[in-house]
Amino acid sequence: MEQIGILEGREKQIFEKKEGAAAFDISCEKTSLSGSVSQRACVFCGSRVVLYPVADALHLVHGPIGCAAYTWDIRGSVSSGPELHRLSFSTDLQEMDVIYGGEKKLYLSLIELIEKFSPKAAFIYSTCIIGLIGDDIDAVCRKVQQETGIPVLPVHSEGFKGTKKDGYKAACTALMKLVGTGPIEDISPYSINILGEFNLAGEAWIIRKYYEEMGIEVVSTMTGDGRVGAVRRAHGAKLNVVQCSGSMTSLAKDMEEKYGIPYIRVSYFGIEDMAAALYDVAKHFPDRPEIMEKAREIVSREVKTLYPELQKFKQALSGKKAAIYVGGAFKTFSLIKALRSVGMSVVLAGSQTGNKDDYLALKEMCDEGTVIVDDSNPVELSKFILEKEADLLIGGVKERPIAFKLGVAFCDHNHERKIPLAGFEGMYNFILEVYQSVLSPVWQFAPRKGGSL
Amino acid sequence: MAVRSAQRRLTVKHAKTATQNACKLCNPLGACLAFRGIEQCVPFLHGSQGCATYIRRYLISHYKEPIDIASSNFNEETAVFGGSHNLKLGLKNVTQQYMPEVIGIATTCLSETIGDDVKGILREYRKQTAADSGAPVLIHASTPSYQGSHIDGFHAAVRATLEALAEKGAPDSSVNLFPNMVSPADLRHMQEILDDFRLPSMILPDYSKTLDGGPWAEYHRIPPGGTATAAIARSASAIGSIEFGSTLEASKSGAGWLESKFGVPRYHLPLPIGIRESDRFFELLETLCRKPRPEKYQDERRRLVDAYADGHKYIFGKTAVLYGEEDLVISMAAFLREIGVRPVLCASGGKSGLMKAKLGELVGDLEGEGMKVRDGVDFSDIEDETELLRPDLIIGNSKGYTMSRKSRIPLIRIGFPIHDRFGGQRLHHLGYRGTQELFDRIVNTVIEGRQNDSEIGYTYL
Ligand code: SF4
Ligand code: SF4
Repeated sequence: MEQIGILEGREKQIFEKKEGAAAFDISCEKTSLSGSVSQRACVFCGSRVVLYPVADALHLVHGPIGCAAYTWDIRGSVSSGPELHRLSFSTDLQEMDVIYGGEKKLYLSLIELIEKFSPKAAFIYSTCIIGLIGDDIDAVCRKVQQETGIPVLPVHSEGFKGTKKDGYKAACTALMKLVGTGPIEDISPYSINILGEFNLAGEAWIIRKYYEEMGIEVVSTMTGDGRVGAVRRAHGAKLNVVQCSGSMTSLAKDMEEKYGIPYIRVSYFGIEDMAAALYDVAKHFPDRPEIMEKAREIVSREVKTLYPELQKFKQALSGKKAAIYVGGAFKTFSLIKALRSVGMSVVLAGSQTGNKDDYLALKEMCDEGTVIVDDSNPVELSKFILEKEADLLIGGVKERPIAFKLGVAFCDHNHERKIPLAGFEGMYNFILEVYQSVLSPVWQFAPRKGGSL
Repeated sequence: MAVRSAQRRLTVKHAKTATQNACKLCNPLGACLAFRGIEQCVPFLHGSQGCATYIRRYLISHYKEPIDIASSNFNEETAVFGGSHNLKLGLKNVTQQYMPEVIGIATTCLSETIGDDVKGILREYRKQTAADSGAPVLIHASTPSYQGSHIDGFHAAVRATLEALAEKGAPDSSVNLFPNMVSPADLRHMQEILDDFRLPSMILPDYSKTLDGGPWAEYHRIPPGGTATAAIARSASAIGSIEFGSTLEASKSGAGWLESKFGVPRYHLPLPIGIRESDRFFELLETLCRKPRPEKYQDERRRLVDAYADGHKYIFGKTAVLYGEEDLVISMAAFLREIGVRPVLCASGGKSGLMKAKLGELVGDLEGEGMKVRDGVDFSDIEDETELLRPDLIIGNSKGYTMSRKSRIPLIRIGFPIHDRFGGQRLHHLGYRGTQELFDRIVNTVIEGRQNDSEIGYTYL
């Protein structure tokens, strides 16, 4: 078989946990190596992830057509009302615009689109080219804001100016400009914002339902099923509950600094973490013990129905090996625990954008022999899947064909999925999907499992 | 009065600035697709990471195959000081990790705008690596997206490939086929036809295996398949090049280049969809090899004529909105006229400026036929027109689904991308066989609609 090597300059982004391994010093948070086929996207992508689900805002991508065309309706973020976010708007710059500047086109586009769609706010994403031709998008946004009376917010997301994480930050900066501009008088003292939850396949609704059942008011979900009006009132909440390490912690920090709202980090994947997400919020409101009581009630009710179901899968899945490669490292923790609960082990754990602390924590919780990677690529992923004989890969669209070519099961855990995996019911869906892919009879024909070539 | 105001309400506003739901993609996507059709080739985008990743994702969602596209990963310094260092490092790393025979480099808007002299950088790089054994051939296509769309990137990559690889050799009896952006199934069908004519041939690009291949027993850095570089080299010695695509001009095309540089005659045809255009293609093959077509294809044609007869009543007088790449739209429109369906709108996000004229050449009096032609449009325009025209059918890629859902007019999926159905890579469009498949699907869509709408629910139709 072909020997698969690791690129010079990438060795430090890979670590294998084993006896006598060198001290843990994974290198991460770097821009991708030139010529490696990184699975990452760009700054713009990060901003789109965070802001995209705001359903009553106009999202205008300022640049040539590609950046907008490739992000048209690709995410599974759903809305209970307006669906403006599902349309793709671009200034579609042409050669003359690149030469003479795109400000005028941006201005006209904004005026025209705001008139046509009456959005509650507009986000203007600048893409790579804008960073070069030097359009003053801030000035255009100010002007349009004045003329139309709605917030028009520039998002500085030029693709080459950093990584996806910088895109998260740029998006949070834009959101922060909205926060604090709405009325908060009638908000309950037992209230939260849900941050970093994008309502893929309706997940935010599941989470929201739990909290509301506990007697807590959810002021805003950012940004799943998001509304400009709710974001504007977000400073009225008493606690920010932040999911996923990367995408929206910076907004939580800014809100803590400016409005004194504390935040906690949670995850909604898997039984343990989901339960902790409810308890941790309840703990924040000790003067109302009913909240904690209710949380306990929810957890025991849900686990009672879920547990026996999971046992059925456990028998079939015990001993199977999984490889995980997802966007943020925080999600990896939950996935490892969730897989363990049905007897599966994890042989590869990696992410596009984890930081040192994430990877350190990951190392602590992984078994011997597990490989940890940062910003990996198809060649490496294949190498480790084969070497470690994984039965399952968890990743996104770009990772899927690698698994299938090699006869390995696959579960989509990215922003494009259409099945909710969060919450207790999500845990059931997740394990069901894993089971359906791992146990499918089609693999008998895969050459690596004894099928003919 | 009421009528007039209704009319006014329904007039489609043409002047607009922003593009809403584009009916086109960007040039580097087309270039990457073409490079994927060269054997042992890695597509490489000179620009920032995002473009490469988005394009991969977009292509994977249609082809369901691994598609590795490298990138030179611009950062802020690169954008200021130029991409030379990143490009060279990227090429070195791709060479090390993939050991390719060819690297197909396409520029993005970013590297085009900062004005990187890619040709010059590659010259330098070649000099530096001249001593290395196994140094890959470097092909460079200039593909700024603010000029044209994905189809232009596709043709630019094909032409650049020939410029880099074609060499004059001893004349042989082979033909070149430049099929345009068609499905892997179409490519396989074309190969089969040429083989059955016993014509030695080269099809460029050929992603029939690389983007629709079998399972792997072991890891492949680059999926097997694609046009061999040796075959591309020999293309300059062929007896002729057949090139599909009504709006594809010789000055931009692969066959055009071979003709002007090496005198290889260019036979330029519309995409062979429908009986008439397929006839033209087969007649050309017959002339080129001076023998009649194999009986198998005459049989395919006979079955198709027979099917036209069997199905004609279901579809006569039906109207359709048709969109996609200009060349696909033109040939599809000609086919629809052949079977009595009227394409009341022929739309494309592309803008070669030739669509209307070329369409007129194939179908005659467009206005008389009630056919509206619009280029450079987006899906909001097409949707507005659809509201007005209320056609019976919508024919085009997946991206018209929203409009089909809203208007409750069935969508027949053809071309690229097909993101919401399975098997887009295995759809046929070309030749008698492709036409047969299209015809069956159109007739069945109409029948299904009738059956669903019927109160009785006939089981015979
Ligand atoms: S910058 Fe240009 S090449 Fe990149 S995605 Fe946008 S349009 Fe395509
Ligand atoms: S042009 Fe820049 S912003 Fe747009 S997709 Fe490419 S890297 Fe991202």
